[in-house]
Amino acid sequence: MSDHDQPTDDRAAQLRAQAQSGPAIPIDEFRRKSRRSFLTGAVGVLGAGAFWNYIQTKSEPVDRVPGILRNTLEANEAIWSNFEGRSAPEYDIADASPIQVNGRVGIREEISLAGYTVRVEGPDGDVLDDLPIDHFRSLPQSDLVIEHKCIEGWSNITHWRGARFRDFHEPYADRIGDAGYVALETPDGEYYVGWDLDAILHPQTMLALEQNGEPLDQAHGAPIRLATPNRYGIKTIKRIKTIRYQRDRAPDYWAERGYDWYAGL
Amino acid sequence: MSIDEDVPSDVAGAAEPPPGPVARLKHPRAIRWLHWINFPLLTVMIWSGLRIYWAEDVYAFGIGSWQWFAFFPEVVYEKLDLDRHLARGMAFHFSFAWLFVINGLAYTIYLAASGEWRHIVPDRRSAAEARDVVLHDLHLKAEAPPQGRYNAAQRIAYTAVLAMGAIVVVSGFAIYKPTQLHPLPLLFGGYQGARLIHFSMTIGILLFFVVHLLQVLRAGWGNFRGMVTGYEIEQPDPPEQPVQPDRPEPTEEVPS
Repeated sequence: MSDHDQPTDDRAAQLRAQAQSGPAIPIDEFRRKSRRSFLTGAVGVLGAGAFWNYIQTKSEPVDRVPGILRNTLEANEAIWSNFEGRSAPEYDIADASPIQVNGRVGIREEISLAGYTVRVEGPDGDVLDDLPIDHFRSLPQSDLVIEHKCIEGWSNITHWRGARFRDFHEPYADRIGDAGYVALETPDGEYYVGWDLDAILHPQTMLALEQNGEPLDQAHGAPIRLATPNRYGIKTIKRIKTIRYQRDRAPDYWAERGYDWYAGL
Repeated sequence: MSIDEDVPSDVAGAAEPPPGPVARLKHPRAIRWLHWINFPLLTVMIWSGLRIYWAEDVYAFGIGSWQWFAFFPEVVYEKLDLDRHLARGMAFHFSFAWLFVINGLAYTIYLAASGEWRHIVPDRRSAAEARDVVLHDLHLKAEAPPQGRYNAAQRIAYTAVLAMGAIVVVSGFAIYKPTQLHPLPLLFGGYQGARLIHFSMTIGILLFFVVHLLQVLRAGWGNFRGMVTGYEIEQPDPPEQPVQPDRPEPTEEVPS
């Protein structure tokens, strides 16, 4: 070795010392420990396998998801609903672009929108109102330019215009007792979503009448639909016919098909 | 550095190894447990994550509309049963994510608190040494550079996969609750940026895993057993021997 390699030798010695810094034991003790470690490992593999088998086959499914996983989704909801008051960023109208049509459940057939009304029901099944669309136009109108997020993974900056749900809700606040949930349905009852009252009263939850500067077309939910950046698109029901205040958690089309009821972002 | 191992005090310490071959502690118990627990957790996370990705599988290598490789070919989804399971994918992903995060945090805290990080984090000479490790592994260089518990290439790879793990978790949270954790998504260039980085890191971790697996196979049984038992057998240093000259001394007389 030549002189200039001297630092490498220091390096090598230093690294070797580092590698040998652990305690040493005689071979027979090593064998004993080794046996114990492999036994522990085997028990661990069996335990993990049993747990996996429990989730996949034994845990009673709740709405098509193993019960234990449904429980963690509920636990997640309990954690994240503490952050419900926060708002998503909003964008300039110029940032908005056309949005694809995804869900057709509940709106497959074109309908006549003449004389369309929205039925408002109280928690005891009583009809509180049957409102023409003009009623929603008479509420304060605002623009909501947000990133609409589909549960599939795509998102789209979309310009919605309509009435805030909270403005629609105001006259009913005293008439719904202790109802904590809102159920919304399409005219044919095929599609339905459930909302926490607190979440639907968020200022970014809108009863939208227009999209990207045009009245809603039927594929996007004419004459009236929900819009929000704070739930996946599956919760933004199109062609709303019924708005019902409920005391218990309202059924939800996709939650019954294995998705998270909460679907909060 | 104190290591939580029940080593009899008469043989503990590196100063006086017993005669003959010994076994030396290489992987402390916490590292071994957390490493092996991570393996199935990460597997479930990637498997369920790919079920989610399937629903909007837009990533590809290519230029413009020309795609060289699209993630993923249909056959991959079919063979691994990844198609049409978005709901289940999400249920698994958002349940096991907590276990994955807790395990990863425990690992990171242990690494930092125990001083074990010194074996893994590269130093300023690791880059050059890692290059020599690769050349040596490819039989392009006779001598391997000096190394500690891990060689320089390992140190860089292990640190990189830890960093990718951290990024995958933070970008995952940004996708999971973009409003409630706002402005976290901005760290990744927005919601879709976070999604792309989350996916890219997953591919990076998978590539690490492939190389890791090949290297473990190459390194042999003793190395693998070390990750289970913690100890590796060490041959005692050979006794000092006179240095053999490379060539015989020219003692013979040269014929004239």
